[in-house]
Amino acid sequence: MTTLPLLGALDMARFTARGFLRFDAAVPDDINAQFLEEVGEANYPAPGQGMLMTYGGLLAKTQIPEVAPGAPLSGVYPQGSAVDRLLALPLVAGAIRSLVGPDPIFDHHFLHVTFPPAYYEAGGGEHVSQHTHQDSTIDPSEGFDLQIMYYPHQVIREMGGTRFVPGTHLRRVSEVALGRYQNIAGQQHVVCKAGALLFLHNGIWHGGGVNHSDRTRTMFKIRMNPRAPQVRQWDVSTLPAEPAKRPIFFRKSFPPETVESILMTPEPWFEQDTGRLEYVNRIKLWRRLSGDPAFDADYWLTRLENPARA
Amino acid sequence: MASRQKVLVLYLANSALDAPVVAWAEYDGTGETRRMAGDADRPPYPSGLEALKDGWRLFQAAQILPHARGAEFDLAYLKYEFFFEKIVETAG
Repeated sequence: MTTLPLLGALDMARFTARGFLRFDAAVPDDINAQFLEEVGEANYPAPGQGMLMTYGGLLAKTQIPEVAPGAPLSGVYPQGSAVDRLLALPLVAGAIRSLVGPDPIFDHHFLHVTFPPAYYEAGGGEHVSQHTHQDSTIDPSEGFDLQIMYYPHQVIREMGGTRFVPGTHLRRVSEVALGRYQNIAGQQHVVCKAGALLFLHNGIWHGGGVNHSDRTRTMFKIRMNPRAPQVRQWDVSTLPAEPAKRPIFFRKSFPPETVESILMTPEPWFEQDTGRLEYVNRIKLWRRLSGDPAFDADYWLTRLENPARA
Repeated sequence: MASRQKVLVLYLANSALDAPVVAWAEYDGTGETRRMAGDADRPPYPSGLEALKDGWRLFQAAQILPHARGAEFDLAYLKYEFFFEKIVETAG
């Protein structure tokens, strides 16, 4: 048993359906200030100095440790450092425990910095947004890794922000092979006050927005792997005793929000036919997370699994 | 004068050209505009048909392919991709 504040069924269903949870003002100001102090500021590039060199100079002087993948996450950050304190926040620790279970494995981290136009004018290179992509490589596994994106300072729209597309996480694609899709209906740009966190399924499509402001934009990302199967690691006491079966297609009213209604909510970019396959894949992920191999919503899999049709 | 190509890529909600746009991209061979990821949250046209009516010429459409046995639920890339072009005269 844990005393951490675990995620409930509705939040877990939202993560299953949309591939993210967002927590605004989750990190207190003193940790945000400490983090920014620990990473420092990028030097303004000397004329002709490329952006890679400017970036490399910033990474080299941060106090963030270099760590090889595979270590226990709990031992990665020095005690009392900003990220150590962030990971110990009850909301953060509880959400991590709910999504990837106990004692997760550190995969990698990175300090993402987008620079204002003046840096490109001085250092060269085209000032454009990052192509939309899925991190790492094609992922056929049934579980997922968790990626936390931390925004230590306010991000206004002019700064670009992280762009991500809710609901894309269950698509098995090859990294930036999808870079051709410049814009996707329903895409979001992270605009936030200091201390916001995004908890992302590793499959979600995303990219860095172009920074048109006059200051750098900083985001810190941590990827972690589960050490044990991601089954019933969250607050399962919030599950209703019986699933909320509801009439399909012919409905006269809309019942209150349930796990099923969340899993059956489409995204604006859904194609009309494959949107139904997205529902199927959400149901499959929920079966895993809830440990209930018979779970269904709106009859999508029960119809296909009817033993009389086998 | 010289000819340059503008390319519009529309991703539709099904294989019909008059289906709604769900994703889009534009590439401007004249160099007058520089479109990039995340630069617009609303599509340039509500459907592929509306792009045709505005003078875009369709030159490629995604095939409708059968689904591999055993992988019917696997999803990857957007399915209904349509490439359009406009040929524009520039000063060269």
